[in-house]
Amino acid sequence: MRTLKIIFLFFFLTANALAGSDGKLELSKKNESTKDCFEPLNRATFALNQGLDKAILKPVSKSYRALPAPIKRGTSNVLNNLSTLITIPNNVLQGDIKLAAINTGRLVVNTTLGILGIFDPASEMGFPKYVKEDYGQTLGAWGVGPGCYLVLPVLGPSTIRDTAGMFVNVMGGDPYYNISVNGNNEYLDGELFAVTKILSGVEFRANNIESLDNLEKNSVDFYASVRSLYTQDRENKIKNIQRGSIEVIFKEDGDWEEIDTK
Amino acid sequence: MQKIFILTLFIIISLTNSNNAYSISPDVFIQSTVNRASQVLSEKISKEEKINKLKLIAKETVDIRGVGFYSLGAARKSLNDEQKNTYSNLFESYFLKSFSSRLAEYTNPEIEVRNKKILNDTYTIVNSVLIATKDRPEVKIDWRVYTKNSDNPLIRDLIIEGLSLARTQKEEFTSILNSNDGNINALFEILEEFSKN
Repeated sequence: MRTLKIIFLFFFLTANALAGSDGKLELSKKNESTKDCFEPLNRATFALNQGLDKAILKPVSKSYRALPAPIKRGTSNVLNNLSTLITIPNNVLQGDIKLAAINTGRLVVNTTLGILGIFDPASEMGFPKYVKEDYGQTLGAWGVGPGCYLVLPVLGPSTIRDTAGMFVNVMGGDPYYNISVNGNNEYLDGELFAVTKILSGVEFRANNIESLDNLEKNSVDFYASVRSLYTQDRENKIKNIQRGSIEVIFKEDGDWEEIDTK
Repeated sequence: MQKIFILTLFIIISLTNSNNAYSISPDVFIQSTVNRASQVLSEKISKEEKINKLKLIAKETVDIRGVGFYSLGAARKSLNDEQKNTYSNLFESYFLKSFSSRLAEYTNPEIEVRNKKILNDTYTIVNSVLIATKDRPEVKIDWRVYTKNSDNPLIRDLIIEGLSLARTQKEEFTSILNSNDGNINALFEILEEFSKN
């Protein structure tokens, strides 16, 4: 089964690297804007996702928001704690051993003193602010370009590289997945894993209800706005650019220089 | 001789002072602009009135024409003068409606200017934060201020948590143009439609 997954991933990467690229390997290029090679299909999937969002995700997220603050905070802490299991190997793969050690310390403290991550004593003890990392970011840090933009059913915006990163999770890269789905133990199972993933989605949506509504209402092409914001966000995360960093601003300077309307 | 000297000195001092008197530091300009907007948003007036007042502030402080042409990307090079004028008018209506209705959703936002970085003679980046409330965390907002005319600085971009609104706008317009074989009239129609509704 695992071999099958690896073959599928290899096929997926290779096939999509060639898509719409005139034979050039898109994934080997760095610092290039993300091409929307499958735009008609992506737009259709985006419309499907919007339908699902309006019918299911948004109402559920609104209900989630109505929960008492301690419950939401605890849920958020647990999800963050579980995500450190993916962040730590990615810190290592990106050569940031010190941060991997810090995040391991955070995981140990929050899982024990924080009662399975419900509380976040690590932050109160002065651990640095937690920043998530994933395999898509690691591939980006290694110089793999984004490839084509993809809208995944249910999961939303992605790229070929980031989707490949997600596959790494289920190929052994996510210890929580390994233990719950393949671990054959009596406490964790695939259903619980699925619940935590769904909760992550609900939490993200609940935190962005107004901003997404506002963006949709004021966009002349909502699909393109979401694509732009997703690609900008991923670029910043891959370069580990602190939000609001001056590097983001310099990136666009060339085009601004041409504008002189005064 | 002494009279001429005094007169010359007076002229020099007057000129020097007049240069400094109207020059506005970009960070002071941003703080003053956000204070004005914040005051409007906290006023007990209708949403429509708020939107109208915010539009006036935006007209004075944002380089709407510059943002418009930046948003058009490479397509701006192929427009004739008539199309440029049409586009500028349509973009202004679109921008003011979009910008003010986005802002009008907030009530009494508190923005604090923290720092500035001069990129060159033309641009300064002003760093600020939208102060956290119990409902949302702190949000970093950077302002790209066009300072070519230091007496009249203008805002050209907002970078919210690292996401540039001007770049998003540009990619949105590029997508519309690409979907319509580069036909600028298609974009004109969409902008007109948005402003009407």
